[in-house]
Amino acid sequence: MEAHTDTTTQAGQILAGASGGSRRLGDRIFSNAATIAAVTILALLAGVAIFLIVKSIPAVTASAADLPEGKTLVDYIAPLAFGTVLAATLATIVAVPLAVAVALFISHIAPRRIALTLAYIVDLLAAIPSIVYGLWGIFVLGPAFVGVLNWLADNLGFIPFFTGPASVTGRTMLVAGLVLAVMILPIVSAVAREVFSQTPRRLEEGALALGATRWEMIRMTVLPFGRSAMISGTMLGLGRALGETMAVTIILSVSGVVSFDLVSQSNPTPIAANIALNFPESSGVAVNALIASGLVLFAITLVVNMIARVVIARQNLQ
Amino acid sequence: MRSRKLGFALAASAVLALGVAACGSSSSSSSSSSSNLSGEIAGAGSSAQQAAQEAWIADFQNANSGVTISYDPVGSGGGREQFIGGGIDYAGSDAPLDSTELPGATKNCAPGELVEIPAYVSPIAIIYNLQGVDNLQLSPSTTAQIFNQKITTWNDPAIAKDNPGVTLPSTKITPVNRSDDSGTTQNFTEYLKGAAPADWPYDPAGTWPVKGGEAAAQTSGVVEAVTAGDGTIGYADESQASGLGIAKVKVGNTYVAPSAAGAAKDLELSKKDPALSQGKNVFAYTIDRTSTDPSAYPVLLVSYLIGCTHYDSASKAAIVKGYFNYIVSPAGQQSAAKTAGSAPISDAVRKQIQPAVDAIKG
Repeated sequence: MEAHTDTTTQAGQILAGASGGSRRLGDRIFSNAATIAAVTILALLAGVAIFLIVKSIPAVTASAADLPEGKTLVDYIAPLAFGTVLAATLATIVAVPLAVAVALFISHIAPRRIALTLAYIVDLLAAIPSIVYGLWGIFVLGPAFVGVLNWLADNLGFIPFFTGPASVTGRTMLVAGLVLAVMILPIVSAVAREVFSQTPRRLEEGALALGATRWEMIRMTVLPFGRSAMISGTMLGLGRALGETMAVTIILSVSGVVSFDLVSQSNPTPIAANIALNFPESSGVAVNALIASGLVLFAITLVVNMIARVVIARQNLQ
Repeated sequence: MRSRKLGFALAASAVLALGVAACGSSSSSSSSSSSNLSGEIAGAGSSAQQAAQEAWIADFQNANSGVTISYDPVGSGGGREQFIGGGIDYAGSDAPLDSTELPGATKNCAPGELVEIPAYVSPIAIIYNLQGVDNLQLSPSTTAQIFNQKITTWNDPAIAKDNPGVTLPSTKITPVNRSDDSGTTQNFTEYLKGAAPADWPYDPAGTWPVKGGEAAAQTSGVVEAVTAGDGTIGYADESQASGLGIAKVKVGNTYVAPSAAGAAKDLELSKKDPALSQGKNVFAYTIDRTSTDPSAYPVLLVSYLIGCTHYDSASKAAIVKGYFNYIVSPAGQQSAAKTAGSAPISDAVRKQIQPAVDAIKG
């Protein structure tokens, strides 16, 4: 009896507290902290954007003779932007189908124990530092691909991607793209996996009850349900591939050209790799030109993310 | 209980106070006993000098416990820029101050004078990887055509002419260059331009001017790329080139392998650039890339120290003077040779530049 009254009074106190001053204070602290956190993120983003714009201005106003390679700013950055987009697109094209397949295997096909282990291993890929991927690419994957590159150039040389002549070291756009694909695989796969596994059970069972095979069930229920997750995962992966610096800097034999050839030694330079390579010895307006290229990279990432938002919003409307 | 705590606290504070006093007295006594230098100076610049600077700083601080020297390897251009802006006390640079930078640097040193001396010399090796060819000889013209991608196979008549009696395979040549901006590229292109102007149409630059070659980051990247492929050829600091084929370079009528002594000799044969050597303490050399003396090796990197004869504080000037003096001394040059693989400057060069160090009012 005594215990009972005790709990009721406690509950009463808690309720009273919730509407009283002390609870209000806690709420206020929490909501203020959350607001500050949100504003900080916005301020950081704005700060970075302002830094990029302000530091780019000297490069925009400088004459071509003062800029690196004696080119105008547009002529300097355009091939770099091309390199960035080419490497990231290649990586995404390779990684996304693989990542979706891995996600489906983990969420719907593999036995539970194997699925859990595999999920751990895929997530582990994301924990490897990019410089290690770079070293792996330069010491293992590159040399191992020399034969493949030669074969592609000899037999599929009529396709613009494989014109050649093939590189003798394997440090080509194709190898860099493959390493990038491995690097973005865990992100794309993790996002897709989480949503695939939340497909409503009744939809899956309904499809199976109607006589669908497992593949048909996945095609009719899981894939449509996870479509926006696949898109956002792809965009996250694309974002990482666009900005990835260290691995590409080490692996790719860059020469600043504009070329779709994936197997030769002369490759376009991605923006991030160009900054990493040239910043240490740059001074004066050359630094501003590098920052301007960083601004372009920032803009490309922003556009990619906005496109993703639009696509997802449209998907959700349907 | 309480009193014991209080006692402990008292004892602890007493020990601390004693310790602080001991520290103060010991540091002042030790610095006065080993040398009278104390204070700090800051430098920045060439990343090629980084390993050597670290060795020099360690040696110098060991000998002078009151001195702190820092060196930030921001790159030669950045070092020169910071020096002109007055942000640092000395700079390291893979190229001498050019005609647009000299007025600013001179102004920064006023009322004193500018000091610029060569301090770090390193031979650059032309490295290659070609099965069946252990001994490769290259004339400047052939080298320039190879790196300009005009000669594309190893059995080209021009290479055969430089290598009589050697069977050369028809392997494709893959020239490897630095993908980053570097003093090594600056000095290598200077060699190509100086020794083979007809076959090398580009101006010397820190970034590689020819598009389409194999490119790799840093010296280690170039060495790795040359090692990985067959038929590759590149350039790297001689100290990093072990295990690879090293081409002999045509000097006069003979072919010379890279060596520390050869690089030092070439600097000795080089003349001061009158346009850039304004003032008696500025030693900007036009490196002799066309020497015919078989004891010289003309593919070398020369990196400079830049400072002033006068600093606002006398102690700072004394440290800069002592530090520069140590760097150009035989001991300092040997220390860099041991840790960074550089070539010690010759006595003849030391004799030329020593007055510039002595001019610092320390």
